[in-house]
Amino acid sequence: MLEFSQQLINGLSLGAIYALIALGYTMVYGIILLINFAHGDIMMVGAFVGFYSITLLGSNIVAAMIFAMIACAILGVVIEKIAYRPLRNSTRIAALITAIGMSLFLEYATIFLLGPQQKVFPQSAFPLQQYEIMGLLITNKDIFIIVSAVVLMIILQFIIKQTKTGKAMRAVSVDREAAVLMGISVDKTISITFAIGSALAAAAGVMIGVYYNTVNPLMGIIPGLKAFVAAVLGGIGLIPGAMVGGFVLGILETFVSGYGSSLYRDAVAFGVLILILLIKPTGLLGKNTGEKV
Amino acid sequence: MKRRSGRKLAMLVMMTFVLSILAGCGGGGSETQDEQINVGINVELSGGVASYGTNSKDGMMLAIEQINAAGGVLGKQLNPIIKDCKSLPDEAMSVSANLVGEGIVAQLGPLTSGNVQGSTSVMMDNGIPLVAPAATAVNVTVDEKTGDIMDYIFRVCFIDPFQGTLMAEFASTNLEAKNAAIYMDASSDYGKGLAKYFKETFEANGGTIVTEEGFVKGDRDFKATLTKIKGHNPDFIYIPGYYEEAAPLIKQAREMGITAPIGGTDGWDSSDMVAVATAENLNNTYFTNHYSSQDTDPQIVAFVEAYKAKYNGKDPDSFAALGYDAVQLLVQAINDANSTEPEAITAALATIKDFQGITGKMTIDEQHNPVKAGVIIEFKDGGQVMKARIQP
Repeated sequence: MLEFSQQLINGLSLGAIYALIALGYTMVYGIILLINFAHGDIMMVGAFVGFYSITLLGSNIVAAMIFAMIACAILGVVIEKIAYRPLRNSTRIAALITAIGMSLFLEYATIFLLGPQQKVFPQSAFPLQQYEIMGLLITNKDIFIIVSAVVLMIILQFIIKQTKTGKAMRAVSVDREAAVLMGISVDKTISITFAIGSALAAAAGVMIGVYYNTVNPLMGIIPGLKAFVAAVLGGIGLIPGAMVGGFVLGILETFVSGYGSSLYRDAVAFGVLILILLIKPTGLLGKNTGEKV
Repeated sequence: MKRRSGRKLAMLVMMTFVLSILAGCGGGGSETQDEQINVGINVELSGGVASYGTNSKDGMMLAIEQINAAGGVLGKQLNPIIKDCKSLPDEAMSVSANLVGEGIVAQLGPLTSGNVQGSTSVMMDNGIPLVAPAATAVNVTVDEKTGDIMDYIFRVCFIDPFQGTLMAEFASTNLEAKNAAIYMDASSDYGKGLAKYFKETFEANGGTIVTEEGFVKGDRDFKATLTKIKGHNPDFIYIPGYYEEAAPLIKQAREMGITAPIGGTDGWDSSDMVAVATAENLNNTYFTNHYSSQDTDPQIVAFVEAYKAKYNGKDPDSFAALGYDAVQLLVQAINDANSTEPEAITAALATIKDFQGITGKMTIDEQHNPVKAGVIIEFKDGGQVMKARIQP
């Protein structure tokens, strides 16, 4: 029982990381139906900005995260303007391939500029604290990640459901032409979507850097891919879906390692995902609307 | 008229050119064969693993200098011909062809297994022996599909899986461990091979493997599996893999209160280990390696001092020590054969027994691998300390 509860905590903290990245993924998809494969790499850039603002500027973790979020928000808007906007009216496969190209560009430009070696995040940036509650070990880093994932999800949900910008986003998502007729600036709305999505990725990147102590130019690939799966699993385009998908994937992986064999972790975890999607193709929280795709 | 004289001139130039090549060739050839023994050094002096080749070449040159100063081999001086294979297998191949053309009796290098394999076909076709200092992949000397031995390829380093045997000996003898957990890099042959040999030896010594787990390259979260391992309460944990994963893995293990000794491989030998895992968490962890420059064996101390004196105080790494041993092994074979004929040297290399090198006493087995000792290095407060020398 004790081990089970410990594994549940392990799963939740791993799931929170997937959920954090999945939030940005699902938001961009929800608005412009683009699977932004560069999302994981924007996260990596955010982690590097955080790393350098701590090591070079000596800022604390909160300031580092704000720097990273601002830098990546700008990067996200620039990427959208240069790479995705010219393709907005072409086929979706063209936009998808451009996203993959952008992802490779970010990875190898970073390798070119900073070298392929991993960099060690200073341990002093976020000193580890451990709490033992009834034999269960939990660290301040676990709490920090789980709480910030939930808080960011609530803020995001609020922006989309309650603000004017959010209303514009939803309008663009439902019918772009009609939104234009209603006086909504589509370009501006999509730019804001990218800015928010990329800032979320940056926050996730800094947290991952802190959590695992290292940053490297290819660190975005695997978490990015798993976050994408988490977003699809929860129902892509839905903010709570990203959260649920992230936690389900994290707990699934943890339990396969903990109670099955770690040698088959990814095989079993992804096998279960395929099964879920066969039964419920729109994801756990998705509704069968039968439109679009 | 004008054209004719032009042609004559051209022919004249060509004839002198051809003649001079023939003369140069014959003269050079007979001269070196009489007084010198040509040894080809085909190493990585540029490209991705330039540091391996450069350090190893420094070790080789120190050995050659010492041997020549002591009167050479069979009364002849060793003549090293150094060429750069640029860290590329196909370049290693053309360098070998080039060296064979210069009349070498044997080739030393390259360093990585892939580059040695690039050069293998040339050596095999020409029947000239190759001594690899640091190529640790099993299939360098044996064709894994057919089981055929590469007749002319030898090495002075132990093969990868052997490190698993070493660590198992250390765990059961020195640490008196009875129950071990294995947590391997399951995405590489390196990790899986080491785990297999560790298990065989550890079980043969009467120990039990309580659980076998794996991670893949790029993993950063090991807590689920570590929680499981903690439940088994092992008194030793073996982690064959590279430092990128081993460092965060050890950190997470210590943070969740796993205090058991942890063992690893030469893949751990990086300054990032301490930076990521922290000095405190690394206490009570050990890894296997070819040699340690801190060894107090008088032969090793003499080698380290001579190397430092020759190369501005630089500490000799494993590549330098293995390069030095490659030269000494070759010299031993030439002496044993009492000949500089490549065929005779090859036969002598295959039967070398109890050769005392810097990296240990070695006997070449039927698969052309040395049976030799390795060292166990301990992380102590962030530094590397030599813990033990294990002779299988």
